[in-house]
Amino acid sequence: MAKILVLAEHRQGQLRDITFEMLTKAREIAEKTNAGLTAVLLGKNVRDHAKTLAEYSQKVLLVEDDRLENFNSDVYQKVLVHLIREHKPILTIIGHTSYGVELAPRLAAAMKIPLATDCIDLAFEGDAFIVTRQMYGGKVNVRAVLRKSESYMVTLRQAAFQAQKPPVPMNGQIEEIPSPLTEEITTKRFIEYVLPPPGGVDITAAEVLVGIGRGIKDQSNIPLVEELAKSLGGVLACSRPIVDKGWLPSDRQVGTSGKTVKPKLYIALGISGAFQHVLGMKNSDLIIAVNKDPKAPIFSFSDYGVVEDLFKIVPVLKNKISELKTQKA
Amino acid sequence: MDIIVCVKHVPETAEAELKIDATGKGIEKTGLVFDINEWDDYALEEAVRIKEKFGGTVTAITVGAEDSESTLRKCLARGADKAIRLTDPKFAGSDAYATAKILYRVIKDMHFDLILTGAQAGDDGSAVVGPVLAELLGIPHATMVKKIELGEGKAFVNRELEGGLEERLEVKLPALFAVQTGINEPRYVSIMGIRKAMQKEVKVMGLADIGLSESEVGEAGSWLMIEKLYVPPVEKQAEFLTGSPDEIATKIVEILKSRGLI
Repeated sequence: MAKILVLAEHRQGQLRDITFEMLTKAREIAEKTNAGLTAVLLGKNVRDHAKTLAEYSQKVLLVEDDRLENFNSDVYQKVLVHLIREHKPILTIIGHTSYGVELAPRLAAAMKIPLATDCIDLAFEGDAFIVTRQMYGGKVNVRAVLRKSESYMVTLRQAAFQAQKPPVPMNGQIEEIPSPLTEEITTKRFIEYVLPPPGGVDITAAEVLVGIGRGIKDQSNIPLVEELAKSLGGVLACSRPIVDKGWLPSDRQVGTSGKTVKPKLYIALGISGAFQHVLGMKNSDLIIAVNKDPKAPIFSFSDYGVVEDLFKIVPVLKNKISELKTQKA
Repeated sequence: MDIIVCVKHVPETAEAELKIDATGKGIEKTGLVFDINEWDDYALEEAVRIKEKFGGTVTAITVGAEDSESTLRKCLARGADKAIRLTDPKFAGSDAYATAKILYRVIKDMHFDLILTGAQAGDDGSAVVGPVLAELLGIPHATMVKKIELGEGKAFVNRELEGGLEERLEVKLPALFAVQTGINEPRYVSIMGIRKAMQKEVKVMGLADIGLSESEVGEAGSWLMIEKLYVPPVEKQAEFLTGSPDEIATKIVEILKSRGLI
């Protein structure tokens, strides 16, 4: 029976959301192709995780080793090469996460398995394996076919699929596999986790956020949007490029590598809406976006949209809000 | 420290409205401004900073058409010493895997202590070239790198994880690091730099020079073949507010009032 392998991702004692998203999508493909669904769990003292994964899969391959205590792509690669050779899956699914991008391309190259990364959909169509991914920051979707092979590999975008429990727990069998690691791996060594420095502002607690992106153009324009945020009793947040440029501190960043926020109001100014940002703010109660590009992905996640230069809207809007407040006072 | 930086010449699309071209497999390039891939810009800056601190050379390499020369010139102006452009009609259609193979054929015969790439490219967003190149060369790698500290025969790097968390790793040199944006603040190109760059030579190599067969590059040598591009289906669309800026602002204020937000 053909097999689909899903590599469980976990960190600091927690199975990560992507694991269940992958298992959900894998279950759908397994049902369609009549394949077996196998979860792969590598770690140290992770038996509890194996039990959880067993509810979502027909089999859990568990490899425990002291060297697997923290993620290390070189160590993972050694173990996965062994498992993939042994089990010959038609498809191996890994998360398009920081761990996944470190691991998957190199593993695929080492095993000469065709790989597609950051997939938002995948399917076997006849004997072709087809993926959907995005280009140009999410502005274009791509349908692509992988080179014909007996085995394929993909990394799956975070939150591209909603995790769902199987209707009935699958009671997968946990198969313990002796660690295939024979020697110490010295090429790369995990030292420690580094926490971000504590920031002055907690944007996750704010009820109103004004989020700024590339469209803000220059650091000198920040006071203008800051005033708008203040007039609404809110604070400034931003997308990644603003932190990269050093215009706002990293504790203001919304998105996969920053904070996830859910304010009552999120005003997105000059943010195109790359998924990394959207994942951090799409559950806000009310989203209003201002962007010059009518096709900016942000408009698909907003309640209200304004196709206009933000510098034409922001000053007028700020004045109107301030006037209103003065009247009330 | 001899450092190789792999760069890509890509269109700036963050604020542009894109149109799919007649082939259905690409976008209309006219009207788009091309520049060095944003992630590679940080990789180049990091390489130049390491060179300034420890001495050595920086070589910029790209796989691309003739027009990618401008990105290499920019690298030279910003402090790279040498540049290599890998150009051949047969390279067209190469995905990240084929691109890594092409780079490998040239880099394997060069001396280097460190290879830097961007963590991904802004056009295809694959995040594949760096780690595959490291595998082909048989050297360690780290991706999503936010900090590099060099030691004796090894480097300490911080990798970006999710939610603001990072991890610190020790990696043996020579190694390949794929850097994340924000690792540094790329410098502006000086007039002096541009003048100097004009005098530097860009070495051009093609398929015949790197000893790969046609079947190993382009679409034939790729993992992934594009069938078609399309505009992402819109699941939900914002209600657009139109009118003059004043009218739009009034509408926004009304919405905020009705929600009790002001």
